[in-house]
Amino acid sequence: MPDTLRTPRDPATGGLDAAALLDAYRTMRTIRVFEERLHDEFATGDIPGFVHLYAGEEASAAGVCGWLDDERDVIASTHRGHGHCIAKHVDVKAMMAEIYGRATGSCHGKGGSMHIADLSRGMLGANGIVGGGPPLVCGAALASKVRGDGGVAVAFFGDGGANQGTTLESLNLATVWHLPAVFIAENNGYAEATAAEWSVGGGSVAARAAAFGMPGTTVDGFDFFAVREAAGEAIERARTGGGPSLVEVRLTRYYGHFEGDQQTYRTTEVQRARAELDCLLRFRTRVTASGDLTAAQLDAVDEEVAALIEEAVTEAKAAPLPTAADLDTDVYVTY
Amino acid sequence: MSRNITYREAINEALVQEMERDPSVVVLGEDNAGGAGAPGESDAWGGVLGVTKGLQPRFPDRVLDTPISESAFIGAAIGAATRGLRPVAELMFIDFMGVCLDQIFNQAAKFRYMFGGRAVTPVVIRTMYGAGLRAAAQHSQSLYPVFTSVPGLKVALPSSPYEAKGLLVQAIRDDDPVIFCEHKALYDTVGEVPAESYAIPFGEAQIVREGGDVTIVALGRMVSVAVEAADELAASGVRCEIVDPRTTSPLDEDTILESVEHTGRLVVVDEAGPRCGTAADIAALVAGKAFGALRAPVGTVTPPHTPVPFSPPLEDLYVPDATRVAAAVKSVLDWKA
Repeated sequence: MPDTLRTPRDPATGGLDAAALLDAYRTMRTIRVFEERLHDEFATGDIPGFVHLYAGEEASAAGVCGWLDDERDVIASTHRGHGHCIAKHVDVKAMMAEIYGRATGSCHGKGGSMHIADLSRGMLGANGIVGGGPPLVCGAALASKVRGDGGVAVAFFGDGGANQGTTLESLNLATVWHLPAVFIAENNGYAEATAAEWSVGGGSVAARAAAFGMPGTTVDGFDFFAVREAAGEAIERARTGGGPSLVEVRLTRYYGHFEGDQQTYRTTEVQRARAELDCLLRFRTRVTASGDLTAAQLDAVDEEVAALIEEAVTEAKAAPLPTAADLDTDVYVTY
Repeated sequence: MSRNITYREAINEALVQEMERDPSVVVLGEDNAGGAGAPGESDAWGGVLGVTKGLQPRFPDRVLDTPISESAFIGAAIGAATRGLRPVAELMFIDFMGVCLDQIFNQAAKFRYMFGGRAVTPVVIRTMYGAGLRAAAQHSQSLYPVFTSVPGLKVALPSSPYEAKGLLVQAIRDDDPVIFCEHKALYDTVGEVPAESYAIPFGEAQIVREGGDVTIVALGRMVSVAVEAADELAASGVRCEIVDPRTTSPLDEDTILESVEHTGRLVVVDEAGPRCGTAADIAALVAGKAFGALRAPVGTVTPPHTPVPFSPPLEDLYVPDATRVAAAVKSVLDWKA
């Protein structure tokens, strides 16, 4: 029953050692602080354009990307891409500079929030087009298969993207070509202002996997360890020639579709999620209760992350803007 | 009775009046009401920029939200049009044409001709285009030349609230598929609009300003940029005639040619790109049909042949402004063989 949340086999801390647990926490904490800072900075009017924040969904990016290496594994992301970028080790300061439109940004200021990419880290880009990523991931997976490098490609998409033809075609293609691909459907309950309960016919993205001949499972996206375990199985399967899988991660975004969204379509779910379900709080409780980490160790990460984000914002604001000479560069490799 | 309303309100009013007049008009698109299936307010968005706000409470059965499935719902609008509805489908950003283009250019555009004149497909696809909002490369393009190049599609580009209402009414009543291109930076602009319903016929350009020294053909948001440039130039005694074609397909060739016959000089200002775009199209038209009248080469003002950049200083350089238009006019006026 894909629509029932799977019960993790390992109820404790996933067999991760202290260093790995700290890494996972650092990733989630970095995403959270990055996004909350952007929420505040956007309100000042200093950030151009549109930003879509990932706060609340951290366990998904961290739980999936923790299995991936930067050399051979690839992800494709969505318009809500900052968390995936951070979890795939895109430089946080370059990301911040990009969001501020600076020449020092990941894309030299030409892409912005919705298009952050770092091909050197296997990060194929956030994407402004819903459903834009899954076909690219099929291609990335094909490249790994042809080269035989053992690489896995992971497509992140939302409940909105789950309804795009490109996504459904990609699920089919991945099976037909037996690709080392993993499809992570981050179902945060809303495609913009439209409820997934209404827009996802059949009610479950994971259930669609069966129609395409691949395993599908649904996990609690507030539980890092549950996501990690489900993603790990899918990634291992892909890496060892077992073909594609689909994992639906149920979660909640803490902010609007974009900054400025008044969210009149929602009621109290965010307050409840923050208070009772939050992935960072749950992680902290779990690892301190198990004795794997101390509160002091986690606090130290909090301080380290706070300093990093502070520096990232300060440096981004001080960084140079692109100049007129940059306008028509990099349209082509040669022309 | 006329009063001042915004471009957004003018579009909304055209939709309301046409829905009241004709029960076959239906509106559909992503979050055109908003909040479907959610616990909060219904009609939560009224479209991403509020253009269709208030329609669903008024016409609950004729305003449909959609999943994010452009191929399916744009195609469905086209299919419904062949069966007697007059759907107004919203393709949120023109950039998303890439997701659903087959339904538009292989299906809707071809039916009339391919089926031997037996099909009628009165669909309107409202879509938002243009740069200036720091929305980056996939949400800022001016892709209407792509639609203009496809026989079977009509393409409207309202430059003001007045044009927005009248052209949308015409689009809805028109029996052919119409791509109705709304510039996202124009939604808050205010202008005089009659309260009663009216239609602006397609293929009839508007002479925005008369003048004898140079013709400026400008489209969409570029009309106001041309006006600003013309004001600047008027201070030095240059009298510009500004022509707004209002639709690129059909194109009012006669008004453009007559103006150039009168002024002898032409500058085309377009937010679409320099290659295979409207500026090149109109320059070719005039070179072919009014060559004898030209006293200087045709000037064009367009963005460069690049994607739309995100960073504000780059985007500001990308979009044509009044300074560039004025410079192009001066260079056409100063030209010597």
